[in-house]
Amino acid sequence: MVFDSKAFLDALFSNVFFLPAVTTLGVTFIAMAGAMILGFGGALAALSRFAALRWLVQGYLGFFRGVPVLVQIVFWYNSLPVLTNNAINLPALVAGTLALALNEGAYMTEIIRSGLTSVDPGQREAARALGMTKAKALRRIVLPQALAVIIPPTGNQFIAMLKTTSLLFAIAVPEIFSTGTNIYSQNFRYFEVLLVVSIWYLVLTALLTAIQKVIERRFAPRKSRKLDALPAMEHG
Amino acid sequence: MALVEITDVHKRFGQQEVLRGVSLSVNAGEVVCLLGASGSGKTTLLRCINHLESIDRGEIKVADELVGYLRGPDGKLREEKDRETSAKRARIGMVFQRFNLFAHLTAEENIIEAPVQVLRQPVDAARRHARALLATVGLANKANHYPHELSGGQQQRVAIARALAMEPRLMLFDEPTSALDPELVGEVLESMRRLAQSGMTMIVVTHEMAFARDVADRAIMMADGQVVEDAPPALFFSAPAHARTRAFLARLLEKQA
Repeated sequence: MVFDSKAFLDALFSNVFFLPAVTTLGVTFIAMAGAMILGFGGALAALSRFAALRWLVQGYLGFFRGVPVLVQIVFWYNSLPVLTNNAINLPALVAGTLALALNEGAYMTEIIRSGLTSVDPGQREAARALGMTKAKALRRIVLPQALAVIIPPTGNQFIAMLKTTSLLFAIAVPEIFSTGTNIYSQNFRYFEVLLVVSIWYLVLTALLTAIQKVIERRFAPRKSRKLDALPAMEHG
Repeated sequence: MALVEITDVHKRFGQQEVLRGVSLSVNAGEVVCLLGASGSGKTTLLRCINHLESIDRGEIKVADELVGYLRGPDGKLREEKDRETSAKRARIGMVFQRFNLFAHLTAEENIIEAPVQVLRQPVDAARRHARALLATVGLANKANHYPHELSGGQQQRVAIARALAMEPRLMLFDEPTSALDPELVGEVLESMRRLAQSGMTMIVVTHEMAFARDVADRAIMMADGQVVEDAPPALFFSAPAHARTRAFLARLLEKQA
């Protein structure tokens, strides 16, 4: 095989990937934001004392985790207009982001639910005994402790989502991968172009990983400042 | 007048009837110890007083108010709004067997959390009050420590300070020394003893017979979800009227021998 370094360098330093990279990042953040809101609501419903809400969540989880996300993407873009007689005809970017958010919301529901249940029920009980309402006990006592459990897997989901956005090429959203497919379908330099596409994804995932590290450190369980300042052994 | 008025309270968990018609009244300033074997319903009764558990029948009044319920026009009890119940709970302190200090907050932050968030006290004033309370439980130097950096006895004393920061009119203790290593029990009982001397109304579920004998105004024996004996400790421990109490005390003596 001959490596066409000119095609590679042209693609690497071409500004055609810049806007698609912004699109990829934008879709990732919006879909994850939507998924986290859905996941929070889903987690509360899953832990609700009302059985109907719990069943609703089980149905949501079962469906959205069971159907391939590519199928869901094509459904929202191509099938929904047909089903609704064109009453609902979403632009590709909107349909794609919505599909990703709804699918990811199922996973975030499980992550947030397990975070909330990881907090000792005695914490909530103590908060309630001190006169906090349910909402305040959740916001001030349970959630801050649950975040330590919720944040690491959420960071992973973020990175997974960044890569999953490449599926939106199927409905012609101008993100990184579909931009690459446009280029190699003209010059046939598949390897060189896919290498450039991969470099873009690697740079973006490295960026997200760095952000993840900072946030995880911020929400790690805390120690008293006094002990931090002391050497490992503490006596007296 | 009685501060706590418990009338014919029934409570079941599934098939299990845990409280079977408990009536009990506690006057302001009294220290009452609830004794009895595990499963006798004493912890459940305590948790019903601040409505951490619902009740199936009867009523519980604290300072002449129902906690967790409203009396409807038909005379039946209905669940009250969360906000109303929470406001009443704010005046009832509770200390748990497992301490339940907020793990993400320092000792001082644990103490000021509810005064600031529930009573809307200014942070500075709450902080000063917290420091004073920590001093009274002998932990003035632990204000900035997180719970996992404290011993069980220290955590429980912070938990007592946290409850007192709300200036409660009633304190409930749910086996406050049962989860402690034996050498740490004394420091917690000492804090409770001083609280009793200050005139606080206290209902204490405990297995510490010496505490009941020395500090309580009344010792109450519970068995099978009912109150079987209610007497001053002097009488309770020397001349128990009920056979269940005698058997309970005999078992304890055996254990200690």
